[in-house]
Amino acid sequence: MPCKILEKERLIPGQTSKLVIDAPHIAKKAQPGNFVILRVCEKGERIPLTIADADPERGTITIVYLVMGKSTALLETLDAGDSILDLCGPLGKPTHIEKAGTVICVGGGTGIAAMHHIAKGHHKAGNHVVAVIGARSKDLLLFYDELSSFCPEVLVSTDDGSFGHKGLVTDLLRQRLETDKSVSEVVAVGPVPMMAAVAKTTEPFGVKTTVSLNSIMVDGIGMCGACRVSVGGETRFACVDGPEFDGHKVDFNELRQRLAAFKPQEKASYDHHCKCTCAGEK
Amino acid sequence: MTATAERKPAGGRKIAPRVDMPCQPAKERIRNFEEVALGYTQQMATEEAKRCLQCKNPKCVKGCPVEVPIRDFIGQLAKGDLEGAYRTIKSTNSLPGVCGRVCPQENQCEGACVLNAKGQPVAIGRLERYVADTYMALDACEHLSAKLTCPAVDPELRVACIGSGPASLTVAGYLSSRGIKVTVFEALHEVGGVLVYGIPEFRLPKSAIVEKEVQALRTQEVDFVTNWVGGRTFSVEDLFAEGYRAVFIGVGAGLPRFLGIPGENLTGVFSANEYLTRVNLGRAYAFPDYDTPVYQGRDVTVYGGGNVAMDAARTALRLGAESVRIVYRRTRDELPARHEELEHAEEEGVILELLANPVAFHGDEAGRLTGVTLQRMRLGEPDASGRRSPVPVEGDTYELPTDLAVIAVGTRPNPILLEATPQLKLSRRGYIEVDEETGETSMPNVFAGGDIVTGAATVILAMGAGRRAAKEIRRRLQGGA
Ligand SMILES: Cc1cc2nc3c(=O)[nH]c(=O)nc-3n(C[C@H](O)[C@H](O)[C@H](O)COP(=O)(O)OP(=O)(O)OC[C@H]3O[C@@H](n4cnc5c(N)ncnc54)[C@H](O)[C@@H]3O)c2cc1C
Ligand SMILES: Cc1cc2nc3c(=O)[nH]c(=O)nc-3n(C[C@H](O)[C@H](O)[C@H](O)COP(=O)(O)OP(=O)(O)OC[C@H]3O[C@@H](n4cnc5c(N)ncnc54)[C@H](O)[C@@H]3O)c2cc1C
Ligand code: SF4
Ligand code: FES
Repeated sequence: MPCKILEKERLIPGQTSKLVIDAPHIAKKAQPGNFVILRVCEKGERIPLTIADADPERGTITIVYLVMGKSTALLETLDAGDSILDLCGPLGKPTHIEKAGTVICVGGGTGIAAMHHIAKGHHKAGNHVVAVIGARSKDLLLFYDELSSFCPEVLVSTDDGSFGHKGLVTDLLRQRLETDKSVSEVVAVGPVPMMAAVAKTTEPFGVKTTVSLNSIMVDGIGMCGACRVSVGGETRFACVDGPEFDGHKVDFNELRQRLAAFKPQEKASYDHHCKCTCAGEK
Repeated sequence: MTATAERKPAGGRKIAPRVDMPCQPAKERIRNFEEVALGYTQQMATEEAKRCLQCKNPKCVKGCPVEVPIRDFIGQLAKGDLEGAYRTIKSTNSLPGVCGRVCPQENQCEGACVLNAKGQPVAIGRLERYVADTYMALDACEHLSAKLTCPAVDPELRVACIGSGPASLTVAGYLSSRGIKVTVFEALHEVGGVLVYGIPEFRLPKSAIVEKEVQALRTQEVDFVTNWVGGRTFSVEDLFAEGYRAVFIGVGAGLPRFLGIPGENLTGVFSANEYLTRVNLGRAYAFPDYDTPVYQGRDVTVYGGGNVAMDAARTALRLGAESVRIVYRRTRDELPARHEELEHAEEEGVILELLANPVAFHGDEAGRLTGVTLQRMRLGEPDASGRRSPVPVEGDTYELPTDLAVIAVGTRPNPILLEATPQLKLSRRGYIEVDEETGETSMPNVFAGGDIVTGAATVILAMGAGRRAAKEIRRRLQGGA
């Protein structure tokens, strides 16, 4: 059943967009930490994207994506009023949320949007949520306003210092952990190197650290094992056992290598796409 | 076997040899994904049908898990009554085009045929396939003509199926043709279960066979809802709350097993499910026209010996591998795959690496698979079940280079629906427990069948389970026998 795009916002033109999609059946069940698998068109690939927000009353879910290759480029060609051919969810185990005190939610790049839903969940559960977000520069910073609307603190770092702290999110995180002993959990969503760095930063403090893994997926319902990751020496399927795991136990190096499995094909697919669209076909 | 034919062929004439089925030549077919076996012509089918002795007490029927009246349909076919033959098969088997192609006939009907004693059994599978294909091609509308005799579908009598494999399709066919409204919820974007994402195109053409069967159900007012995941998008309780009167669970046993050996998460090591899903569901054989990629392997190794292993190996050949080896712990005699698949695989150049068991995968700096260490095995003494289990030959290991490994050593129950439905009583092995007569689970009016009950089995057993449950569901909703 195709699902209609109600709103599209180009957050970073040509790079990152936000879609609000009419999907009451998913919105009704979506919890923080869940994702969807979608397919843009008949010949398209199934790709996973995190549910960045859900409005059960309006019957909508929000996704935010970074244009990486063929599938996200195809998605980017759609506009409000267009439909997504296949949309399946909510998938994955929801974030484990309980009232625990102070929770730091770290987000990097597009991961900020994905983290937003989790932060909101912690806020609703009565936790003091500190958002720590980072981007290369101010123009590339996502969801600052959305997070500011409910997080008592939003700490920002940029690589170039154009906004907030000049440096990395882990600098802010370390400072905070050194001074604030009330932090009960750190949640990190973002690029693999960032999540690995966050886990390394929190380890000496012994603070529970949850990361949301973005391994390659096919079905998203536990049938293929494409998404397998090593956690504490055990193989787990990110789509059904995760996507969130204990950051101190994840083998990030393996994840990084597995994410590169299809690099040559991805390039071929993207080039094919560019050739076709330039030639006027679609 | 000591069985003798109950009716000797006239004049004690020797029984003609089984009629071969034409196939695409091996050299050609390893370059395409088109169907390997081409099916009988009318003349071949008639000739083969006439080999049947029309036994008074047909053993073949007892060998069939759904008791297709085999003797009768072959008799009708021999007389040229195609429609009659089709209806006879359809009376107990709702997917003859599929079963004729994928059933392990040598262990079922053909294995039981009395002609085995005199040489070759009647080619029942090929005849079944011939009847189904010819009938459907003759008149696609007539194929659905059950309609004429079907009562109108009562929109109040609603039944939901979760999963769209052969078990659920059978339930849908049985109930919809008896006036019950069926909705099938499928998690993936295509309907058909393993028939679509597992069994390759070259063995079971999707659009020609599976899609037609599904289309036939659609005209019987069966609704298919794709991308709906039981246990995530909806719960079993939701279905009852929405007014469904009974629920059938046919979600298969899709969670792949791995070997649990070092190096298994290297890139280049895949479960057969992933490899085949990419190629079949994702149409990766047509990459980059279709977007789903598949890993390119030059020296491919496949682990396991069943149909799944054969399918993966033959798929790899078609995708351009230079060498494809099936690594199996026992000997050729124990290979559980259908005989025809094994023969076809060998004709195509698949190498059997027998009495070998993987102990470790090796990779390069970037985490890519480069080789495997295999342990040489031998068959030990027969165990309690009479099966000779493989034991390692102490100290005898060897290495093989491989850049694509496909693991086909079985599956486990998928946890999604089961975890979301803790009321369902499970067996010790984690499958759903059902009443053998009715297929009912520990939840009232919730039925289950197929691989999620038995563990990975066959299409026909899944269909048999669907039929049993459907009969009971109908009895409850409409009363009577
Ligand atoms: C649970 C989960 C949640 C995610 N949430 C988001 C999100 O909210 N926003 C967002 O921008 N991205 C998200 N991603 C990543 C997103 O799925 C990939 O960026 C996308 O699939 C890229 O597809 P492509 O064809 O555009 O690019 P490609 O050129 O095909 O791939 C670019 C890179 O994306 C990754 N990738 C490719 N195919 C897949 C696949 N089928 N599954 C997962 N990763 C793949 C690989 O690392 C690859 O190198 C998420 C991934 C997972 C697993
Ligand atoms: C590669 C391969 C080759 C095979 N070859 C043969 C053969 O030659 N002969 C033979 O007889 N058998 C063969 N089999 C086995 C046979 O296909 C299965 O036994 C049979 O398909 C089981 O049917 P089923 O209806 O129980 O489930 P399946 O066919 O497994 O279908 C289950 C469906 O349920 C869906 N599903 C799962 N979870 C959910 C959920 N939570 N919500 C909604 N939907 C869900 C799945 O996506 C799937 O579509 C083969 C299997 C494989 C994998
Ligand atoms: S198929 Fe074989 S067993 Fe069945 S009726 Fe014919 S000869 Fe007898
Ligand atoms: S994506 Fe297939 S098992 Fe997780």
